[in-house]
Amino acid sequence: MDSNVPEHCPGTQSDDAGKASACAGCPNQTICASGEAKVVDPGLELVKQSLGNVRNKILVLSGKGGVGKSTITALLSRSLALNDQDTNVAVLDIDICGPSQPRVLGVLNEQVHQSGSGWSPVYVEDNLSVMSIGFLLGSPDDAVIWRGPKKNGMIRQFLSEVDWGNLDYLLIDTPPGTSDEHLSATTYLSNAGLTGAIIVTTPQEVALLDVRKEIDFCRKVSVKVLGVVENMALFVCPGCKTVTEIFPAKTGGTKQMCLDMEVPFLGSLPLDPKIARCCDEGKDIFTEFPDSPYLDSLKNVTDKIRKLCNTS
Amino acid sequence: MFKDSVKHIILILSGKGGVGKSTVSTQLALTLQEKGFKVGLLDIDLCGPSVPYLLNLEGKDVHQCPEGWVPVYTDADKKLAVMSIGFLLNSRNSAVVWRGPKKTAMVKQFLTDVCWGEIDYLIIDTPPGTSDEHITVMENLKSVKCDGAVIVTSPQEVAIEDVRKEITFCKKTGIAIIGIIENLSGFVCPTCAECTNIFSTGGQGKH
Repeated sequence: MDSNVPEHCPGTQSDDAGKASACAGCPNQTICASGEAKVVDPGLELVKQSLGNVRNKILVLSGKGGVGKSTITALLSRSLALNDQDTNVAVLDIDICGPSQPRVLGVLNEQVHQSGSGWSPVYVEDNLSVMSIGFLLGSPDDAVIWRGPKKNGMIRQFLSEVDWGNLDYLLIDTPPGTSDEHLSATTYLSNAGLTGAIIVTTPQEVALLDVRKEIDFCRKVSVKVLGVVENMALFVCPGCKTVTEIFPAKTGGTKQMCLDMEVPFLGSLPLDPKIARCCDEGKDIFTEFPDSPYLDSLKNVTDKIRKLCNTS
Repeated sequence: MFKDSVKHIILILSGKGGVGKSTVSTQLALTLQEKGFKVGLLDIDLCGPSVPYLLNLEGKDVHQCPEGWVPVYTDADKKLAVMSIGFLLNSRNSAVVWRGPKKTAMVKQFLTDVCWGEIDYLIIDTPPGTSDEHITVMENLKSVKCDGAVIVTSPQEVAIEDVRKEITFCKKTGIAIIGIIENLSGFVCPTCAECTNIFSTGGQGKH
């Protein structure tokens, strides 16, 4: 797509495409007017076929960065896969510019292989696989300096060409914002049957501000919000056990926001430095800290999500 | 490119979200203002603008004048001018659901159409990543002298990993790196004064 899109472009799918007053002088006017731009993206059908054997497809979203989308995606996937070996779980990381899943799931230097049936994802456990652009980069320092259309092509490829096998849950980790990656993912997945979105936030207003926008985004593109998970809510000092709100909820916090926006609240996870370190090192918290109270909160959230998936 | 004279331009970057780019941007702007400089603060995070909230300017409006957009001033002396998409939205809850080309057009307009007046510093707050907004800013700043970028990070490996990508971006595009700021290093318990590294440690020095 050209970067000189007119300000009031009616959109390539519109009936006015190529015919609106804003189209005058646009380099794409003839293409739009010919109706060629309205042809349905063949990717939609490919994604639908490829994800036919995936029972639940869940997006993990947040308007804000650094609230723990990747951490919670990884922990939820481990938690869902933990219960029984017959539940197959996969994580797809569509954060193209800042992929974190390889590190958080502890498969940093793995490679993906190409086979006749597509890309084979990297297996963390027998029933937990992951795919990320991180596996395709030569060095961890490599930056992916891509504009939207290239990122969209990559996401389409991830959704249509990865050989997941039969899956019960596919969790999709996203970058912050409401732009190309999110639009592409929701467009392709809605067509293939998207279960819904889990929204992650932290309690302070500056995060909630962006998260409200994300919920608005979900409404605009008709994605069901399964619920909101609050992360980094309370901090327990390892020295004296004093409980502090590091990111104070000046505006009533996540629960209040859920009431205001009429979306379900799934639970709250504390800020635990041990968990943060564990994720940084890619270790499994279920084997490292089996007694941590953090796991109770996590299991609670996991159960709710499992129930929501079974009823929807 | 700018309508008026802008003496210094500083970009605030980070590959990772939530490390404090906007907080650092606003604090830097306020500090420079306090030192007597005239400062402009441009927020190009279109999907998640935080600067209006952080400077308590929510609900303020941008006005149009014959020369372009008049930024929002935080004070009567017009020492600190702010521009953000947050001022252009009807509701604080509405999402900006735009693909790259539209974001690019908006960023370009922010860079060319705002009447900053004579300012000493222009600070540009960015969204996380190395994509449309960043490429556009970098391309448009080529024609003017940009002093460089301040990179913000937090101490955990998972943040540093993304920050390394941002440094590669700067090197590839020829943006000088003024320095790196580590945010959220330790948390001092208000009761026992024990300092905990809430986001693990050790990332910074190594790189």
